[in-house]
Amino acid sequence: MAKTLFEKIWETHVVKTIEDGPSVLYIDKHLIHEVTSPQAFNGLNKRGIKVFRPQQVVATVDHNVPTIDQHLPIKEELSRVQVETLKKNCEEHGIELYGLGHPFQGIVHIIGPELGITQPGMTMVCGDSHTSTHGAFGAIAFGIGTSEVEMVMATQCLMQSRPKLMRINIDGQLNAGVVSKDIVLYILSQITASGATGYAVEFAGSAIRALSMEARMTICNMSIEMGARCGMIAPDETTFSYMKGRKFAPAGAEWDKKLAYWKTLFSDADAAFDAEISIKAEDIEPMITYGTNPGMGIGISGHVPELNEIDDKEKASFEKSIAYMGLEPGAPIKGKKVDYVFIGSCTNARIEDLRMVAGFVKGKHKASDVEVWVVPGSKQVEKQAIEEGIDKIFEEAGFMLRQPGCSACLGMNEDKIPAGKYCISTSNRNFEGRQGPNARTFLASPLTAALAAITGEVGDIRDNYAAVKN
Amino acid sequence: MSSKIVTIQSTTVPVNIENTDTDQIIPARFLKATSRDGFGKNLFRDWRYNNDDEKQPKADFPLNDPRYGGKFLVAAKNFGCGSSREHAAWAIKDAGFDVVVSSFFADIFKNNALNNFLLPVTVSEEFLATVFAAIEADPKQQMLVDLPAQEISLVDAAGNKQASESFEIGSYKKTCLINGYDDIDYLLSTKQEIEKYEQTHTL
Repeated sequence: MAKTLFEKIWETHVVKTIEDGPSVLYIDKHLIHEVTSPQAFNGLNKRGIKVFRPQQVVATVDHNVPTIDQHLPIKEELSRVQVETLKKNCEEHGIELYGLGHPFQGIVHIIGPELGITQPGMTMVCGDSHTSTHGAFGAIAFGIGTSEVEMVMATQCLMQSRPKLMRINIDGQLNAGVVSKDIVLYILSQITASGATGYAVEFAGSAIRALSMEARMTICNMSIEMGARCGMIAPDETTFSYMKGRKFAPAGAEWDKKLAYWKTLFSDADAAFDAEISIKAEDIEPMITYGTNPGMGIGISGHVPELNEIDDKEKASFEKSIAYMGLEPGAPIKGKKVDYVFIGSCTNARIEDLRMVAGFVKGKHKASDVEVWVVPGSKQVEKQAIEEGIDKIFEEAGFMLRQPGCSACLGMNEDKIPAGKYCISTSNRNFEGRQGPNARTFLASPLTAALAAITGEVGDIRDNYAAVKN
Repeated sequence: MSSKIVTIQSTTVPVNIENTDTDQIIPARFLKATSRDGFGKNLFRDWRYNNDDEKQPKADFPLNDPRYGGKFLVAAKNFGCGSSREHAAWAIKDAGFDVVVSSFFADIFKNNALNNFLLPVTVSEEFLATVFAAIEADPKQQMLVDLPAQEISLVDAAGNKQASESFEIGSYKKTCLINGYDDIDYLLSTKQEIEKYEQTHTL
């Protein structure tokens, strides 16, 4: 029988299924971090049990760490206690921890792929909604709550009901200046922030196949913003060549054996999906959000919707949202002044993102009244950026290159955008207060963010595309 | 965590804002704790107070409105979207709620709620509109949820049903909630089967 990519992986991970109920789903890799794990460890300790398969758990610190002076003790007491608690828990339970200062430390969804921990055909979870990122390798990867973290620690399994299946096809050639972040913001603007709730989404089509792994990760990363249980892309040569030689990727005969299996991981030609959406790559322009959820996005040449374009039932929420953003119905975003530029997060802080920004910024200087933070996704990304001289380009441009962590994506550490200020951000959420109480966020691609850093306002990268190509 | 849900009757707090994400339910800066307790006081923190100051409550936010209270949080479409933080479910439960009613819940939030014996009840948009209208007309409007019967109702003080709708819940989860079972207990009881599975599963 024809099967989807999702079904092929799901079926090999079902330990048992309860009649008319969920399945016991086996989890291959469990990633943990300091914020959503302490209560799970407490739960195990209360039950007097140890982590069942500590070798299948990898820990790092990211959400709550400072992004400057990481060699010094963490100043903020609660953050320090949380980071120290993770260290103690990992020691007690025999879990590998990439803590501050470790060459592998970084945002959990950046380090999994770059270390070769993330592999096709796996089931992966983490107490973080952006776990969907790892689906770019053809894995079933999804975010879970802390009670579920405890379940996986205790049994390496979760109780899961199979989601419905959706395929989003993006075919054709992307326009100049349009990158994968624009693709995902475009999809969100079409299907809304709840458009894929209850579904596992497979992204397919020629425009997806043409993307690098980093670019694919950006799309899968934000599938949670559509409400999807997970996002995934079938592995192919791009996937295999990205993985080969990575620290924890298989090698030698093991590689050959795995590779043969990975090549079977695709949706069969006549496999059935519960929903299917098709998008023409040519229809996508550089995107920007105007509201307070990631589905509230427009093409850069567009404008905030007029009130009469909004469904009656949604008017109150729409008006609340644009009032928060300090915008008027019908207003363009292009030309809007920004105060901060944040280039970072599990969405867009990989080496390719930093290269993209550096390629545009080289030889230019930031606008005088804009503060620009570049926060690499991991120690390895930071190291590579330095080796490639990208740090010098940023320094000359007046950008501040900080140290790895989640930083201003969620404003949990001290990296917050002040109240009322506008930040153009390569992160994933423009929720109220996400980047700091009353901060205002425009989500955009690294290219569009880089342009704003130089000009001090939201602009159309296509007007500057010659500079990008050079 | 052990608790049980069978029937619950109470007044409500209405928060009629679509796409309420978990950053609103509990902002990230309050996630630094290492225990599950005490999140209720920061529930909807930035919608509840001006300038992050408990001495400056926003009078128009329903949690600050003394007319409202009770065990039912009545919410709008796509409630609990965004971050997977279970702290959102802990905050709602800690603030005294046992039921959240909406026409649409985000996936992860729904699981987190169920794992904390906070019952998410998905109703039709029409029924939700009826509920909001009834609460607006009478802030002391009561609701009744009957989990075994899978029915939610607007009721008068004597418990007479004024409007009802049935709701979906998986039979496994329903049994767990009614009897106070949790998934970890169940999974631990299947450990032998898990170990057997591992012998043939290669990755």
